Amino acid sequence: MSELTVTLLRLGYLLLLWLFVLAAIGVLRRDLYGTRIVRRLRRTPGPPVATPAAPAVTPAARPTPIARRDSGPRRLVVTDGPLRGTTLPLTTSAVLIGRAPSCTLVLDDDYSSSRHARIYPQDGEWFVEDLGSTNGTFVGRERVDRPVLVRPGTQVRVGQSTIELQR
Amino acid sequence: MATVIPYRVRPGRSLELALLAPALLLGVGAYALVGLATQGTLPADILGYGAGLVGLALGMHLVLRWRAPYADPVILPVVVALNGIGLAMIYRIDIAYVARGRESVFAERQLAWTALGVVLASLVLVLLRDHRTLRRYTYTAMVAGLVLIMLPLVPGLGANINGAQIWIRLGGMSFQPAELGKIVLAVFFAGYLVTTRDTLALAGPKVLGLQLPRPRDLGPILLAWLASLAVLVLQRDLGTSLLFFGLFVAMLYLATERMSWVVIGLGLFVGGAVLASTAFTHVTARFDAWLNAFDDDVFQQSPGGSGQLVRGLFGLANGGLFGTGWGEGRPDLVPYAESDFIVASLGEELGLTGLLAILLGYLVLAQRGLRTAIGVRDGFGKLFAGGMSFVVAFQCFVVVGGVTRLIPLTGLTMPFLAYGGSSLLANWVIVALLLRISDSARRPAADGGAPGPLAPAEPGTGAAPGEQETERIDVEELR
Repeated sequence: MSELTVTLLRLGYLLLLWLFVLAAIGVLRRDLYGTRIVRRLRRTPGPPVATPAAPAVTPAARPTPIARRDSGPRRLVVTDGPLRGTTLPLTTSAVLIGRAPSCTLVLDDDYSSSRHARIYPQDGEWFVEDLGSTNGTFVGRERVDRPVLVRPGTQVRVGQSTIELQR
Repeated sequence: MATVIPYRVRPGRSLELALLAPALLLGVGAYALVGLATQGTLPADILGYGAGLVGLALGMHLVLRWRAPYADPVILPVVVALNGIGLAMIYRIDIAYVARGRESVFAERQLAWTALGVVLASLVLVLLRDHRTLRRYTYTAMVAGLVLIMLPLVPGLGANINGAQIWIRLGGMSFQPAELGKIVLAVFFAGYLVTTRDTLALAGPKVLGLQLPRPRDLGPILLAWLASLAVLVLQRDLGTSLLFFGLFVAMLYLATERMSWVVIGLGLFVGGAVLASTAFTHVTARFDAWLNAFDDDVFQQSPGGSGQLVRGLFGLANGGLFGTGWGEGRPDLVPYAESDFIVASLGEELGLTGLLAILLGYLVLAQRGLRTAIGVRDGFGKLFAGGMSFVVAFQCFVVVGGVTRLIPLTGLTMPFLAYGGSSLLANWVIVALLLRISDSARRPAADGGAPGPLAPAEPGTGAAPGEQETERIDVEELR
């Protein structure tokens, strides 16, 4: 075998080795760049289509609160932060927000406390209450130190996430 | 119900098949090149060898198609490539030993162990349908793990090879039970930490901006530390001891997300290392060979000197950027070139370029394991997959760090490359378990039988009773 063939085989093997490793990395590219959030944003228009149909069922199931709930917010939407695009239907019970797995809305956010805030209904209105969190809960620019009324569209900030109620 | 909605995954089996082709070509091509360089012709058994390797890889691939169709498509090709490269290098070193008049059949034995490893991995995939069943055996695993580690100390069964008491000898075959012990102990650590992590994550005193755990929660880590010290003292093996303690600390960190555990673990490790380096002669010798490797006295010292390390470094230097080429170097000049120093052998023949590609392969493997840990939904699976990927990555770090004189040399094996049956079997089992977990991590929710996480939160259905309970906790109660 000539010197040239030996060198070509030697370098060819290294080239193949790198091509293989790069091909393997190429397969991973899709999940390195995290398409998940993009997908979830695309999903967001989905639920509104589904929710208008839902009240048709709700009145039959729960007759009492309809009158009030018709005008009130129907869902809670995370508008900013790691969970952007997540929606949560509002029922008659309170929503607990925080990092603990037992919360209704579990935030994956280093700046929120394990039980950070609670959003609860009272007389047809929704209120937000801080549960003694380290970094505080904000409605607009105001820090929440007692239950504060939340109207649909009001931005509530919990850690790095922003939450709002929508009709 | 802010559960992460998984994106639609393609099973990836055809992708895996496509990647297996270059992976197998790397293994068989290296074998052929070794023959060309050392004997001038292709090895006589190249067809049989190639067919065997292809058969094993395709068999594993078919088992995956059958039993774990959603498993990660990259893990198997990377492992097949690494194993093939390792086999070719061991074959090459065999030839060099035979040329020097020493009988050597490492390659044949390693091939047999590879076949056994693939069969064992397939068995794990076929028999273990859901990795969560392992959680039932948490405490059985603890006992089994301790027994496996302590087995070499049983008189008559244990064998002392090169000063370390980590082998058992059964019917002429020697085996390192600690290699399997690390998997079993990973099961125990995962099962134990998934139930106790809430306590272990509780905040204690704050020192210099670091949130320390409560002093009373230090029990488990101290116990793990003492156990690894016991391994170091009784079996005189630095690598095993380091691996177990590292695994525990890493899984503790994964479970609690508290940096303080890593700091405490490193502190205990440094304490133990200083203690060991002064108290035990074999550790002192290792440190001396590391720090004063080029000292003539240390180099000449026959047992425990730096001769092996320095020869390995010269081998790496001889390889340079592009290596000498398969079969053109002299890796056999380094003692244990086929096992402990296979990284130096590969560095000599493939050069920095080739060695970096191989290390990148390990990086991809560890990344796939950690990605699996992120993707899987149950806490036990997360910890287990994370722990096992850590084991693979940690072994690479310790071995390559030791060979390149970044850290003192310890007796760990390079997964899939180094000669050694027990290590190969254990690593194939690790791969099978990672594939099993990645299958359940990537399987679409509707397909896996698990109900979609969003289903109970539909407006019409109302909240589940348990859910309401958590929602109505009084604020006073929380404070």
